[in-house]
Amino acid sequence: MKMVLRGNMATAYAAKLARVEVIPAYPITPSTLFPEKISEFVANGEMNCQFVKCESEHSAISACVGASATGARVATATSSQGLALMHEILFIAAGMRLPIVMAVGNRALSAPINIWCDHQDTIAERDSGWLQFYAEKNQEALDLMLMAFRISENQNVLLPSMVGMDAFVLTHTMEVVEVPDQKDVDEFLPPYKPLYTLDVNNPMTFGAFSSPDNYMEFRYATQKAMENAPAVIDEVFAAFEKKFGRKYSRVVPYMVEDADIVFVAIGSMCGTVREAVKEMRAEGKKVGLLKITTLRPFPKDLIKKYLANAKVVAVFERNISLGFGGAVYPEISAVFVNAGQRPKIYDFIIGLGGRDILVSDIKQTYDIAMKAYADGKDDVIEWIGIKKEML
Amino acid sequence: MKVNTGATVTEPGSSVKNKTGGWRNMRPVTDLARCKRCGICVILCPDAVISMKNKEEGPRTDYDYCKGCGICANECPFKAISMVAEEK
Repeated sequence: MKMVLRGNMATAYAAKLARVEVIPAYPITPSTLFPEKISEFVANGEMNCQFVKCESEHSAISACVGASATGARVATATSSQGLALMHEILFIAAGMRLPIVMAVGNRALSAPINIWCDHQDTIAERDSGWLQFYAEKNQEALDLMLMAFRISENQNVLLPSMVGMDAFVLTHTMEVVEVPDQKDVDEFLPPYKPLYTLDVNNPMTFGAFSSPDNYMEFRYATQKAMENAPAVIDEVFAAFEKKFGRKYSRVVPYMVEDADIVFVAIGSMCGTVREAVKEMRAEGKKVGLLKITTLRPFPKDLIKKYLANAKVVAVFERNISLGFGGAVYPEISAVFVNAGQRPKIYDFIIGLGGRDILVSDIKQTYDIAMKAYADGKDDVIEWIGIKKEML
Repeated sequence: MKVNTGATVTEPGSSVKNKTGGWRNMRPVTDLARCKRCGICVILCPDAVISMKNKEEGPRTDYDYCKGCGICANECPFKAISMVAEEK
C-alpha cells in the first residue's frame, strides 16, 4: 500500500511489519517520532510489542541487549548524542552477537549543539561491530530496516545493525512510500531463531569474562562474522528484490563505467550528486556517482570493482575525523594503496551540521578535483562552502 | 576451550574450570608451627581460597585460584604467613 510517510514513520512501520517484540527507546531529535509512532501502534493494539520507556539512551540500548538475549526480536531508534551515550553498550551488543536493529537519525554531535543532518554520530561508531546501512530516501529506510533483521539474524552473521537516515532531510520529510503487506513480510522475514537464550530454567551467561588467553579469539570470531556478512547481505538483497521488486546493492554505481571522476557519497546527498552528474554529463564531462549503502562491513570488493578505472575519486563526507580528514577517504584509499592501477583519491568535507548541499557545490568540487589532478596533487582534503570570512 | 558465539557460557561451573592462580606474583606460604588456627585468614581471603577442615590440618590455600593479594599475610596476628616471590 502506498502511504505518505516521514522517514521516522517508515522505520516505525518496518518495525511493526517485522513483528518486533520489544522496543526500548528514549526520545531524541530527530528520532523522537519513531518511539511516538511505536507507542501509538502498541496503545492501539496494532502491534504486539513491549514498549519500554527508558530514562536514557544508555538504558534503552541496555534494555535492548537484555531483551535480545531472551530471544526476542528487538529494535530501537536514536540519534547523535543519544547514540554517543549508547557507545559503551554498542560494543557489548556486538560482542554478545545480538541482532538488534536500530534506526539512527543522522545528526551532528556537540559542541556546538546542532540538531541537523551530519553523519558524525554513526561514523564515530563504525568500529563497534554493528553493520551500517544508509538510506537515500524514506523507501530505502523502510526496506533497509526490514532487511536488516534478516541479515542480522542470519546465524553466519549474528551482529546488530544500524540504519542511518539523514536528520530532517529524511526523518521529517514526507515522501510516498510503498508499505509492504504483512503477509509478504511474514514470508520474507521468518521469526528470529536465537542460538542461545536467557532462560531461568536453563541458566547461562552471555558475554562472559575472557582472559588474555582467549579474548583475541572472540574478537577474531566477531571479525569473521563481519566478513561473512557481505554474502548474506547480497543474498537478502536479492531475496528482497524477488519478493518486493526493489533492487538494493551494497554500493550503487551511476554512470561510473567511462567516468574520469567518480563522486562517492552516502545518504540523501546522493540525489543531489546524481542531479549534478546528469547536468555535467550534458555538458560533456565524464562524471559518475558511487553511492555507499553499506558502510560496515566496508564493501572493499565493490569499491575496487567500480573505482579502479577512474582517474579521480572525490569522496564526499558529512563527517570529519578530527586530526585527519573524512573517515571514508582513508578506507577507500586503503583499498587501492597496494594495487597497481589506482585513481587519485581526494577528500571533500561537505554539509556538516545540516548545511545544504547544492548542485553548484558538486560542480565546484569537480573543478577543484580536476585542477588537483592536473597539478598532480597527492593530499587533498578540502572543505566545500567554508565561509573564510567568518574565520 | 572453544570460542562460541557471543562469549556464552551454557553450563554452570566455568569459574572452577578457569584456573586463575597464574595471575599471582607473590605466593602466601603459611608456617603451620607459628599458626594458632584462629581462622582470620580464612574469613578475610577475598577469593575464599583458604579453608580449614580441622585444627590438626590447619589452614590450606588453594593455589589454583589464589591471586597472591597478600591480605592473609598482612592480617595474620601471629605473622605465620609470608609472601614468597613466584618463580616462573
